[in-house]
Amino acid sequence: MHHLEIDRLTASYDGKEHVLVDVSIQVAKGEIISLIGPSGSGKSSLLRSLMGLLVPKSGEVMLDGEKVDYTNKKSVKALRERLAIVFQQYNLFQNMDALRNVTVAPVKIRKRNAREVEEEATALLRKVGLGDKLHAYPDELSGGQQQRVAIARALALKPDILLLDEVTSALDPELVSEVLDAIRILAADGMTMLMVSHEMALVREISTKVVMMDRGSVIEEGSADRVFDNPRTRRCQAFVGKILGH
Amino acid sequence: MGGSLLEQLPLFLSYSNVSFLAQAFGVTLALSIVGAVVGYTVGALLAFIRNRHVVDVLPARFLSVGFSETFRRVPFLVKLMVVFFAFEVVGMRVSMFTVTATTVALAAAAFSAEIMRAGLEALPESQWDAAESMNMGGVMSLRLWALPQSWKVILPPALSFTVGLIKSTSIASQISVFELTYAAKVLNERGFSPVLSFGSLLVLYFIICYPLNLYARRLERQLERPRDWKPGAPLLAESGAA
Repeated sequence: MHHLEIDRLTASYDGKEHVLVDVSIQVAKGEIISLIGPSGSGKSSLLRSLMGLLVPKSGEVMLDGEKVDYTNKKSVKALRERLAIVFQQYNLFQNMDALRNVTVAPVKIRKRNAREVEEEATALLRKVGLGDKLHAYPDELSGGQQQRVAIARALALKPDILLLDEVTSALDPELVSEVLDAIRILAADGMTMLMVSHEMALVREISTKVVMMDRGSVIEEGSADRVFDNPRTRRCQAFVGKILGH
Repeated sequence: MGGSLLEQLPLFLSYSNVSFLAQAFGVTLALSIVGAVVGYTVGALLAFIRNRHVVDVLPARFLSVGFSETFRRVPFLVKLMVVFFAFEVVGMRVSMFTVTATTVALAAAAFSAEIMRAGLEALPESQWDAAESMNMGGVMSLRLWALPQSWKVILPPALSFTVGLIKSTSIASQISVFELTYAAKVLNERGFSPVLSFGSLLVLYFIICYPLNLYARRLERQLERPRDWKPGAPLLAESGAA
């Protein structure tokens, strides 16, 4: 049984044009799956769809063998207790300092002990290199630091699977490496991840599987080395050739 | 004329006239406060049900939009007449004060709903996504991060609007509500110079409205960068961090 199984998922924003068409991906525990492909290929939509932010039109999502019913609030709520997402634009709450951004959901939503959560959050922020920024507000942090707070915030929810949606795309080039280091730490910890990334070096380094998407569909999947060095489809060959400069 | 003004001044400032104006001042203040408190509360609720992240019920949203769009477009005097006759139609015998306070509340609700809507819509949509993905509901989102971040967009225009609202209570003099403008008219009719009667009106409205203007400016500076306020902690601008 797979940890997460996406089976023929189809979704659209306006009910007409599909942004996802029959997408099927299997994720095993501890796997790191990278979604690659050109802009508009459906990578981010797939992550949004998994979180229930974009309700799938058809297809199935199974989490540890249990089907997720995206039309049922309870089912979506249960899903969101096991999945967490980090967005491209950080989306930190501007009126809260870094520590409160990380603790707010576990304390207010999960109703966990505030002191215990605060200790965990402090440890998480230290882990992503922000031990000295606990009480800094988002507008006092660089983009890279904000994104690391966002990663810590997602981790504070103790997700089974972490979704990363182009987490370095909004950053200045010199800030990218600090976020990539944080992701490397998660990979070393064995966190199951589904990530959309244009950082091909990272994708090659940590991914257990690479999934190439185009026009809402999966067009190729395999190990990073196989997809990058020996792409089978023409579309994948063209894309990989362009981004790797082959 | 200057001479006659000076001659009238001691009599104009007699105890009975000052207390007459003070009472009217109190009525204007009471109309404004009651109308604003009720109106802004209703306006906030209308803005919340209009926001799909908070209340995802389409008919409620239509109701909110319809109310706000209708009453924002109707002049205050017309609203006053509508409320006056509406009470008559439903057979409720109410004081003119109640009619005016209801009208003020109606205007405040319609405009504040729009101001709050704009404030909430100024927040990036992606923050709602982030909250939703953490199972944070609409009402909790409002309380924890949406309103604290939108105050800077909401409060300055809301306070400016409040000043306008206070001034518009003067129209209640048309239905003989004993408020400031009505009192000034009475004093003028008693033979006092219009300069004294309506000049005192100008001063009294200024006394109510100017502090609000000053407060709006101060708030604008304070809310520039949203910060969670903790009881006992100074506001950011006052702590010198802004």
